[in-house]
Amino acid sequence: MGTTAWTQQLLGQVRQSRVWRSVFRRGPGRTNRTRSLAIFGNLFLHVLPVKVREKSLRVRATYYLGSISFFLFVVLAITGILLMLYYHPAVPDAYRDMKDLVYVVSTGVFLRNLHRLAAQAMVVAVFWHMFHVFYRGGYKPPHEFNWVIGVGLLLVTLFLSYTGYLLPWDQLAFWAITVGTNIISYVPLLGRPIRFLLLGGHIIGENALLRFYVLHCVILPLAAVVLIAMHFWRIQKDGGLTVGDNNGRKD
Amino acid sequence: MAEKINYEAGISSDAAKQPRRIVFITRKTSAKVKGYVGAQLMSYPHVVLREAMAFQFLTIILVVIALFWDAPLEQLANPLLTPNPAKAPWYFLGLQELLHYFPPAVAGVLIPGLVVVALVVIPYFNVNIEGEPLWARDSRKRFATLAGVFVALFTFMVVYRAWTVLIPTVVLGALAVGSYFLRPSQVRSVRFLQSRSLPWWVMTWFIAVALTLTMVGTFFRGPGWSWVWPWR
Repeated sequence: MGTTAWTQQLLGQVRQSRVWRSVFRRGPGRTNRTRSLAIFGNLFLHVLPVKVREKSLRVRATYYLGSISFFLFVVLAITGILLMLYYHPAVPDAYRDMKDLVYVVSTGVFLRNLHRLAAQAMVVAVFWHMFHVFYRGGYKPPHEFNWVIGVGLLLVTLFLSYTGYLLPWDQLAFWAITVGTNIISYVPLLGRPIRFLLLGGHIIGENALLRFYVLHCVILPLAAVVLIAMHFWRIQKDGGLTVGDNNGRKD
Repeated sequence: MAEKINYEAGISSDAAKQPRRIVFITRKTSAKVKGYVGAQLMSYPHVVLREAMAFQFLTIILVVIALFWDAPLEQLANPLLTPNPAKAPWYFLGLQELLHYFPPAVAGVLIPGLVVVALVVIPYFNVNIEGEPLWARDSRKRFATLAGVFVALFTFMVVYRAWTVLIPTVVLGALAVGSYFLRPSQVRSVRFLQSRSLPWWVMTWFIAVALTLTMVGTFFRGPGWSWVWPWR
């Protein structure tokens, strides 16, 4: 207990300091006013509503599936940027970089494992999130458009995972992308042009690797960030989560 | 002088039952809907703290798994050496399994396209707004329609010999159609089946088919997309 009191005192002193107060202009969150300020006075937190229904915070209401999807995206962004430091989108350098990650780079294996694991988990989490929202009726008015943004996020997640699949440039990557891009060519009329645009040629080669790299590291993450921001923002603007309202029945 | 009132006044705050409401605002009143929102909490600290904890739990779990489970890395890509079978990432293996049965334009383009369109339009067709049990109204007519659709799907899948699509369809179809014959009961599972709405059945059928196809594509398909047992 002594330590707790001491920590409390230190924390209080830090919070009183000029530097702290220049960063967080509000005082400590003791009143609802300062607690509100903590949310809408913060660039990152202001996408959240100031108040939420108590029901929507229960674990069984959401299983935090949306949050988990987002957190996995954060983990993927961090590990992905670190992996970019060791990666050349060229043939066969890309594969050599994978070998370097395994044998040369310290914690390289761990970094790659974490990125791959989080990627698989994000696909699962996003799907699960969608099904859960459906069964809970979370798409009902006024949440219609947020559901549509969510479907967009599902597609972006799948494309992110898929474009990342090619980057190690091993047999697994090459043939998985071969199978996938062959399906695209069956789209009537536009199939072959789309495949050509995606691969930068007729075969999966160096151009395809570069395009997938740019899609995976720049275009799709940017699209995801914009959609995620809209998705969160809309929760607040549509009046908060209406979970616990299980198809109008008492839950 | 009192005006003659030719409208009905009522209070409804149940958006599920009455999505559109007209409010007459007379003097000294407001257009306030009387509805109970329920207890509310401040986002700071309640949401922020919970989210931070969720993030920490997730990170710990990921780190522990990533320490012991290695991401696969095969030989350098070789366009001349086709593995048999060449498999897509696991989340597309359901589609690849469909490609085994149906022409590519159907399995690779039409079906996924329709699935995406169906997902997008869900909130705009008042799907499941009331969550009315399937057999609550017009049960005979609905039974005939549903049984007809089921027979059509069954025939279609038999014609294409799409067994791995057929099996989850038969299971879900049997439960949905079968729940028509169940008598009202106090048994929980029976009551559960009887209280399901049509959108619930359709979505559950979709998930069952998608899961089955993905599992089969991942674990039960070998050279030439032939059936293999994973433990052999």
